[in-house]
Amino acid sequence: MLTIRSLRSYYESICALKAVSLHIQKGEIVTLIGANGSGKSTLLNSIAGLMPKTKGTIQFEDTEITNLSSSAIVKLGIALVPEGRQLFFPMNVMDNLILGTYPFYTFRNKKNLYNKIDRIFDLFPALVDRKKQLAGTLSGGEQQMLSIARALMSEPKLLLMDEPSVGLAPKIVESIFQTLILLQKQTGLTIFLVEQNAKLALNISQRGYVIETGQIILSGEKEELMNNKEVIRAYLGKE
Amino acid sequence: MLKMKNLFKTSFSKAGLTFIVSVILMAILRNPYYVGILIFLGINIIITIGLSLLMGYAGQISLGQAAFFGIGAYATGVLTTKLHMPIIFSFPLSLLLTVTVAFIIGIPTLRLKGHYLAMATLGLGEIVFIVFNELLTLTGGPSGFGNIPLIKIFGVELDSDYKYYIFVWAIVSLILFLSLNIINSRFGRALKAIHKAETESATLGINTFRLKLYIFVLSAGYASIAGFLYAHYITFLSPGTFSLGFSIVLVTMVAVGGMENIWGAIIGTTVLTVLPEYLRFFKDYDILIYGVILMTIMLLRPEGLYGIKIPLRKILSARN
Amino acid sequence: MNIGVQLLQYTLSGITIGSIYAMVAIGFNIIYNSTGIINLAQGDFVMLGGMAAVYFHNSLHIPLLLSGFFAITIVTCIGILFERVAISSLKNPSIITLIIITIAASILFKGGAMFIWGKDAYVLPSFSGDKPIMFFGATILPQTIWILGFLGLIVAALMAFFRFSIVGKAMKACSYNKRAASIVGINVNKMVMISFALSACIGGIAGVIVTPIALAHYDRGSLLGLKGFGTAVMGGLGNMGGAVAAGLIIGLLESYSAGLLSSGYKDAVALVILLMVLYFRPGGIFGKKEIESLKTY
Ligand SMILES: Nc1ncnc2c1ncn2[C@@H]1O[C@H](COP(=O)(O)OP(=O)(O)OP(=O)(O)O)[C@@H](O)[C@H]1O
Ligand SMILES: [Mg+2]
Repeated sequence: MLTIRSLRSYYESICALKAVSLHIQKGEIVTLIGANGSGKSTLLNSIAGLMPKTKGTIQFEDTEITNLSSSAIVKLGIALVPEGRQLFFPMNVMDNLILGTYPFYTFRNKKNLYNKIDRIFDLFPALVDRKKQLAGTLSGGEQQMLSIARALMSEPKLLLMDEPSVGLAPKIVESIFQTLILLQKQTGLTIFLVEQNAKLALNISQRGYVIETGQIILSGEKEELMNNKEVIRAYLGKE
Repeated sequence: MLKMKNLFKTSFSKAGLTFIVSVILMAILRNPYYVGILIFLGINIIITIGLSLLMGYAGQISLGQAAFFGIGAYATGVLTTKLHMPIIFSFPLSLLLTVTVAFIIGIPTLRLKGHYLAMATLGLGEIVFIVFNELLTLTGGPSGFGNIPLIKIFGVELDSDYKYYIFVWAIVSLILFLSLNIINSRFGRALKAIHKAETESATLGINTFRLKLYIFVLSAGYASIAGFLYAHYITFLSPGTFSLGFSIVLVTMVAVGGMENIWGAIIGTTVLTVLPEYLRFFKDYDILIYGVILMTIMLLRPEGLYGIKIPLRKILSARN
Repeated sequence: MNIGVQLLQYTLSGITIGSIYAMVAIGFNIIYNSTGIINLAQGDFVMLGGMAAVYFHNSLHIPLLLSGFFAITIVTCIGILFERVAISSLKNPSIITLIIITIAASILFKGGAMFIWGKDAYVLPSFSGDKPIMFFGATILPQTIWILGFLGLIVAALMAFFRFSIVGKAMKACSYNKRAASIVGINVNKMVMISFALSACIGGIAGVIVTPIALAHYDRGSLLGLKGFGTAVMGGLGNMGGAVAAGLIIGLLESYSAGLLSSGYKDAVALVILLMVLYFRPGGIFGKKEIESLKTY
């Protein structure tokens, strides 16, 4: 579904990704692990069309998306849950959700929109009572849910998630991950997940990649990675 | 210590060279019309050097610089004509007045940033302009007042353009010398640091507000000196000279030449003072030409003209 | 004329000027909201609207309403052109660069207007005659009613636009968080262009409707822009309702001081208010606390 070949990304002249290649199949949950500053967010941002300078190819389904604008990429069915939530703080929950469908919004499918919002509220019941509350005044967990909910509003085929568990209580993290698994099973959603909490993330995934200073140094099935000595030492910690 | 000495030497020689070049230029031109233009150029340069310190080195903008120019001019004009004060007293008093006004205004104004600062200085300039127009008894209102005496130094009355030219350019060189020294001092480096990152230098323990205020007051002082020179050259003052439009022209000069460098300001001022004279034909459309030049430069070369290599010799020889 | 009637007369003219300031302020707000830029050429959009309408009506003898419509269209196009040529091509400009670019635009508009129409001041006939309407002893020009009507219409339309339409919401979203806006697939570039178009359009409308009572002149833009900015700041940058309230306050104060103190200093009044607001309440006097605290400037 997504194939990346020798992708390079630059901040000004600093090269943050050096020849990254990977692929993701439809319906998979794939985890990317790596230390701080290894280029995880840069990789997700490059896929989402947010990096100004990228070289190499990113192929999504049958389309080459390497240099498409972020709005074109959202339209093709890729949504990003960004690091740090990036909500529209001074707007209420409903408006944040509605803006999640922006590239698909037409006046005619307004009814459809409200159906969609209802389905999202089924997934995140905690948000229902907060419809009119400003996003900036939500709790951290609620904000994270809203960020995921907003990404899901565009009904993506591929969901990119950048550290969705940061700063959340384990219980909330678990419920969010349950929701993700549910979505994968129900709708065949494909998920590319970046996580600090490598154990948790690998647990719900089928496969994983390890990135270090802008390069993929390891990849494999879930069990393979979970039993790999290097991975255990560096990312999973001793039990 | 040795370093300080070298520094002094280089800025001294640069300023000295500027003076010598200006005198040679006058000797070559020997045409009262051109000399007159170059007197205005000198006066403008004094203001824009101050503005360039403020914009390029401190990263602050002032769209009200014409007001300080005006206060300096009106103060010495009123003191010498209405109170018959000798120029030797009216000069320091007008400077003191301008600097005090700048200091008092600067305290609240320089706490503002970016667009707010721009608009506040614009508003202040406009208020001063209105005062010039309305304070009839002192300023003569919109029609202005004249008979401002000429300057006399060591018994020599500066009654010809040539004499005045040398006087003005001597002061330009002095101001240049002073400014180059400021730039290379610790104070100047601190200023650059403000420009780089306001927040950073605040945490580095540099009191950014005080530095900004000093440089604002300094630039107002320069403008006041320019106003003094203007008043005793033209000997007639009316508010039109000190309008918002002139403030904007000054900023334009600095931006066109290059904000990052004092020589940029000098180049920009020279181009925008001399060019309109060459384009006599366009006299009525000078605003349009200013706009076109400014917009073109900001879009194509936002760092300004400074640093562009031009075949200067060719241009000079083409003139003759 | 007794003092009560006189006061009423000042009030009416204050409201009229205030409405114009409010429209200029709204123009500032729209661009500020989507870009964080203060467009120093905002006042010149008003000037261009007036000048263009005069040209179409007086020189080409096109009917008044149609002339107004053409003028507004042209100013809107100029706004779009300005954004495409000068703003969208900038990469990471500093604030000083942005200020100078909008100044350059202002000079260009002014210079262009002078080039085309010269230094004369022009007037446009009123939309529905000049017969004053009596109002408790004071008089109102019919044009005043047009001005108030247009202000009401603009404010209502904009409020609906930003509150209910998806494009309006997307524009607001850009102002709050550009990065997030790109993430959800909003074309930020396009929103910026729309905001310039919209604010030029409103400037053009203001220019057309005010020219019958205040002359059109190439140099009118700067002071108007300055006062409009003061109004926008006083109302809280980006706050539409605040802009209207602040416009009326400044208009009234200006009109009273012109009538009761001295007409020469009337412009200074608005400017002193601007400075006081900047010094003491830079967030404006009508800003909603909760929303303000969630914005990052
Ligand atoms: N805006 C930027 N400008 C310059 N360099 C940047 C920028 N953003 C990130 N970098 C650099 O690029 C590299 C990769 O950063 P990235 O944010 O992708 O790391 P990460 O793996 O997501 O880290 P973390 O786990 O801390 O989120 C880092 O060295 C970082 O310093
Ligand atoms: Mg990251």
